[in-house]
Amino acid sequence: MLSVRNLINTPSLTRDDIRQILDTAATFEQVNSRTIKKLPTLRGRTIVNLFLEPSTRTKSSFELACKRLGADTLSVAGSSSSVVKGESLVDTVLTLDAMNVDMFICRAKYAGSPEIIARTTGARVINAGDGKHAHPTQALLDLYTMRKRFGRLEGLRVGIVGDSLHSRVVGSLVPALRTVGAEVTLVGPATFLPAAPEALGATSCARIDDVLGDLDVVYMLRVQNERLDGAAIPSVREYAALYGLDARRAARMRPEAVVMHPGPVNRGVELTSEVADSPRALILNQVNAGVSVRMAAIYLLLGGESDVVSD
Amino acid sequence: MSYLISGARVVDPQVDLDRVAGVLVGDDGRIAAIDPSDDEVRAADPVVIDGHGQVLVPGLFDMHVHFRDPGQEYKETIAGGVRAAAKGGYTDVATMPNTTPVCDTGTVVTYQLQKAAEANLARVHPIGALTMGERGEQLAEIGDMVQAGACAFSDDGHGVQYAGIMRTVMDYVKQFDRVVISHCQDDSLVGKGVVNEGVVSTRLGLAGWPAQGEEIHIDRDIQLSELTGCAFHAAHVTTAAGVEMVRAAKERGDDVTCEVCPHHLFLCEDDITDAYDTNFKMNPPLRTAEDARALREALCDGTIDCLVSDHAPHATHEKQVEFERAPFGIVGLETELPLVLTHLVNPGLMTWQRLVEVTAVNPRRRCRLDPVRIEVGGEATLTLVNPHDPFTVTEDFLAGSAHNTPFIGARLDGRASHAFVCGHAILMDGKVAC
Ligand SMILES: [Zn+2]
Repeated sequence: MLSVRNLINTPSLTRDDIRQILDTAATFEQVNSRTIKKLPTLRGRTIVNLFLEPSTRTKSSFELACKRLGADTLSVAGSSSSVVKGESLVDTVLTLDAMNVDMFICRAKYAGSPEIIARTTGARVINAGDGKHAHPTQALLDLYTMRKRFGRLEGLRVGIVGDSLHSRVVGSLVPALRTVGAEVTLVGPATFLPAAPEALGATSCARIDDVLGDLDVVYMLRVQNERLDGAAIPSVREYAALYGLDARRAARMRPEAVVMHPGPVNRGVELTSEVADSPRALILNQVNAGVSVRMAAIYLLLGGESDVVSD
Repeated sequence: MSYLISGARVVDPQVDLDRVAGVLVGDDGRIAAIDPSDDEVRAADPVVIDGHGQVLVPGLFDMHVHFRDPGQEYKETIAGGVRAAAKGGYTDVATMPNTTPVCDTGTVVTYQLQKAAEANLARVHPIGALTMGERGEQLAEIGDMVQAGACAFSDDGHGVQYAGIMRTVMDYVKQFDRVVISHCQDDSLVGKGVVNEGVVSTRLGLAGWPAQGEEIHIDRDIQLSELTGCAFHAAHVTTAAGVEMVRAAKERGDDVTCEVCPHHLFLCEDDITDAYDTNFKMNPPLRTAEDARALREALCDGTIDCLVSDHAPHATHEKQVEFERAPFGIVGLETELPLVLTHLVNPGLMTWQRLVEVTAVNPRRRCRLDPVRIEVGGEATLTLVNPHDPFTVTEDFLAGSAHNTPFIGARLDGRASHAFVCGHAILMDGKVAC
């Protein structure tokens, strides 16, 4: 049993919650490697995938997770939903909720949307990313990937490089890493750093070369081209030179250190192909972990026990 | 109608009055006697109001409210707004000009005065816009509005972005002996900010509104006030550094004043939780706990001149949305006095004299209204305050049309029981008249 009703962000998760989710995900990963990957566990349960802004990757991962658990799913996308026609989020959720929904999985443009849904319905809520705030399942799949590689999370030194200010991943990954005893440094120009990294539990550093040699995990964020207009960085070229991870820089990493990225990768900007495709890179492992971790979160929130699926 | 308010402590620092006294209000709307003789009382045959345990002060004046009329009457009307004022014990309010259309001509001023006269509760003193449409580009018809009765000028809701425009505005306003009230917000720094930049913006993943976006603007306008000689009043200051700028300007002898809102005194950014309650979204935003403490001290020590609500009604459906999409602002007229009683006056941090200065004396002086003094022959514009009448703030307690306040559920110590405008009762036993 988790200590929370909903998965809205990671600061509300205890260390034991995180352990349960990762352990359950490990069990599901074995199922996912079978030829027949379906479990009838959630047969008859209804899950709404409410994606109010486009997200192919996260949405596919959640849909697959729901299907493998045998749940009935209903996908409501931003462009087809009435939210864009001026209906409020509250009204959209009330309408869907009237159809006896067990869980909402929500991706939203605005921070705090999952909290509004949780207040509006009795159904369970999983935050699939809200504004620049949080993306807890991404953080959990990242932890899963790190734990699998290192056999532990406690004491890991993680550097998150890039636009932390506008990253929902950072809002979830940093608190989760702190809860399990890892250390986190946010790396980037001040224009890319949040105003108070300490509020998340991180330190910060402007120069990647100052910390690179100490890190176990180098977590590269995507440079969003739309951010360039605000003059946060002068050019992609300069960013790549100062912060990009190429083979020359990667050579200064610790031998066992890994490279991670929430995707999609801007090849040649934050990562060169040489690094992205090297054995250090766990980017596809992260994607792979996504389905198992999301299955675990859905399953545990809908009342599953940690050991039920070990048949 | 004549009234005798008996047994109350009467406090008015303007006439050096602070003692228990009976105050007889004549049917001509003036104060007929203080401690009237039996003959005087018999002759007047007044309605007697028992003021024992209560405090009688000059009628309260809130110089920063939004009544949304004309144009957004679904949020609030002048008729509804003056009910909220009366409920809070306010006999006078000054309305900000960001209506639709903007109050940037004498015609709109006249309309608002007319609506207020019809409502016949708290008096409304319209504030005119500095620039046409509050766009910060071209002078509004200030002279026309002065003639129609505008009491001050402001582009509240927006900062005037260009220093050169503000200089022109101050140069022009000066001839009319009116104060320029500045909503201090440098848009190039504030951008899309919705909460204080720092811990809360990081924690909630919301765009930050840095303190310097306000302070740089305050500093600029103080300097422009020195350049032009125009009286300047900084609206709703929220930071310790902003208050320091005002303090320093006063020490230099500048004609500079400022005001503060209860929410910036008694709430801070830490109160915005991951519930994303949109009733904590206001502009300027809630700052740090240290800022709030500095504001409380500055209000008590005389640096901050006026207490205002920035009463900003919104319809329920407008606030029941995502935080980033919700409009800024909360209602405050009904809770303003109770909050200050509870947190400053009753604990002994603020004297009653100081309360009268910041809620009645200074705002009137700044808005060029005649002073209201508790003296024989003076206009009987009075507020009777019961400082020990505990209650819980509920939606029913609010008398205006809107309920958007984070103080719903708050337990507060006391409130206004009666209020009179020139002898006309607008609040009786805590109930709004008519
Ligand atoms: Zn304002």
